[in-house]
Amino acid sequence: MIDIVTGALLFLGAFFLVIAAIGLLKMPDLFMRMSTTTKASVLCVGLVLAGGALFYADLAVTTKVIAVVVFVGLTAPVAAHMIGRAAYQEGVSLWHGTLFDDLQGKYDPETHDPASPEQR
Amino acid sequence: MTLAEFATVVVLPLMGLAFLIAMIRLVRGPSLADRVVAFEVMGATVTCILGVLAIVSGSTSYFDVTLVIALVTFLGTVAVAAYIQRRVER
Repeated sequence: MIDIVTGALLFLGAFFLVIAAIGLLKMPDLFMRMSTTTKASVLCVGLVLAGGALFYADLAVTTKVIAVVVFVGLTAPVAAHMIGRAAYQEGVSLWHGTLFDDLQGKYDPETHDPASPEQR
Repeated sequence: MTLAEFATVVVLPLMGLAFLIAMIRLVRGPSLADRVVAFEVMGATVTCILGVLAIVSGSTSYFDVTLVIALVTFLGTVAVAAYIQRRVER
């Protein structure tokens, strides 16, 4: 029974990992790629390591797994935010079909100061 | 089919496929940030592969490696983000 649940968790993790990788390859611009991969990679690490914790049912293993999952869950958004901000300031182009860009006109191309035009 | 067989025959090849697809994006770019995102996905894939290996091999030390890989991936991403930021501000 435990084996079946573990196998299902492992398979789900691998499945979503492939979905994330396909999104990474197929999405048209950087920000959409980040949107697909960041969430999915946290989910996959959580699922696969939860399978490992369930399989061993051991206090030391479970503690390590919780530490890893909490760490990944805390750091993945931070890393994605830093990469997204740096890429936007660098001028990575958005997809041509993007409907609106909330930061448009609010970014000084010289100083990279995120202020609205009235505040300047 | 035992769990170890299932993990070796089905789960690990799927993760290898995800790793290869992420590697295509790593090679194609086009910007540095794209490559960093691909690198992040590859780090998550390696973390998952190590989690599966811990079950297949029966050794729990792989979970320690998982923690280290997660840490190194985060540090690498933040370092490159800071590098891009500094390059922009100059």
